[in-house]
Amino acid sequence: MKYITEYRNKNVSHKIADVINTLVKGYKGKIALMEVCGTHTHSIFRSGIMSLLSDKIEHLSGPGCPVCVTPNEYIDMAIAYSRLPDTIIATFGDMIKVPGSTSSLEKEKASGGKVKIVYSPLESLKIAKKNPEKKVIFLGVGFETTAPLVASTILSAAEEKINNFFVLSGHKLIPPAMTALLESKEINIDGFICPGHVSAIIGEKPYYPIVEKYGIPSVIIGFEPLDLLEGIEMLINQITKNKEPSVENQYKRVVRREGNEQALSLLDKVFDITDSTWRGLGNLTKSGLTIKNIYSKFDAKKQINCKIEKTKENPVCICGEVLCGIKKPFECKLFSKTCTPENPIGPCMVSSEGTCSAYYKFKKE
Amino acid sequence: MCLAVPMKLVKIEGNKGLVELSGVKKEISLTLLKDVEIGDYLIIHAGFAIEKLNEKEAKKTLEIWEEIANLQKQ
Repeated sequence: MKYITEYRNKNVSHKIADVINTLVKGYKGKIALMEVCGTHTHSIFRSGIMSLLSDKIEHLSGPGCPVCVTPNEYIDMAIAYSRLPDTIIATFGDMIKVPGSTSSLEKEKASGGKVKIVYSPLESLKIAKKNPEKKVIFLGVGFETTAPLVASTILSAAEEKINNFFVLSGHKLIPPAMTALLESKEINIDGFICPGHVSAIIGEKPYYPIVEKYGIPSVIIGFEPLDLLEGIEMLINQITKNKEPSVENQYKRVVRREGNEQALSLLDKVFDITDSTWRGLGNLTKSGLTIKNIYSKFDAKKQINCKIEKTKENPVCICGEVLCGIKKPFECKLFSKTCTPENPIGPCMVSSEGTCSAYYKFKKE
Repeated sequence: MCLAVPMKLVKIEGNKGLVELSGVKKEISLTLLKDVEIGDYLIIHAGFAIEKLNEKEAKKTLEIWEEIANLQKQ
């Protein structure tokens, strides 16, 4: 597989790990590196790269799994929509097992609710065309990587005059979450592993003010083991050599400094930036995307009324703290006992990108 | 959810493209990219090409790693 397998060379992995371990040898104290991308969480655990590195380097997973940070209210709303007689819910597969306050889309599907899993938002448009008598609601969950796809799909629906297609936008933006974590001061972060594919869209610029204000080294990193190791080496280099903290880009083969301007212009055309509620982080200003008024005919929230149950949270589940890197999954009473990938209680166990799921699968003690 | 892989563009039809990886072909949308050509490697996420892979940069990274590997062998 071109441009994939070359980035998995075991021999080079060990060499880069040696360079990193030499750099941290004389460093006093621990170095906490946080990733804010579920795909990084998964890659780091699956590749086992942390086992090559000194104990001084601690890896923290942040709020980078879109399904995990989606609050119960959103899930409950999707569930309520699925119970209406004339709707079809179209969603990425990750969402269907996520428990809401009292149910999940999977349970609703089993009891007759129309829920379809799609690989791409464009498939939900096809479903709408095939089922003109139904209202097809796509669950717009995801960060800057995914939101432009949904913007493009809404524009296609407008162009093709598809009137039974709607989006329930729960899209969120990563930089405000990074800022919120640093502001909370509940956790010490020495460096950020910035998300590769979010950055492919937004570029380097949104990280500049974060680095400037909080003085935290930040490196945009790809997803293969060698990418991760090289990126970590760049972070460790900034930290241990006491360099002026800066934004660096390890993933230059995909991420341009200015990002994907075409995708950014579509985002701007279709969405407004709004306040948004994150599981674990609460309500963050200017951290979400809502559909602009001119496209409100595709906005499920504005077009389809339904009664939503009162939100309930499981008081024992600590997903919120896990998402902020404050607690580790094994500090949760439910972890691997009552909460497993087969029977997930919290969203971090549902998605393969969730921190609890990664800990469960790769048995990190 | 931000999983995306490089796939080679083998056909363009308006805003749609056909991409290929290890014999697997997939139809994707090209609405998020300008100026793509057949033979380009595109980063595919949920049915859309979100970026074009910069082959020059890709090779540069590999060369640096090769150097690291060779340097320490000596």
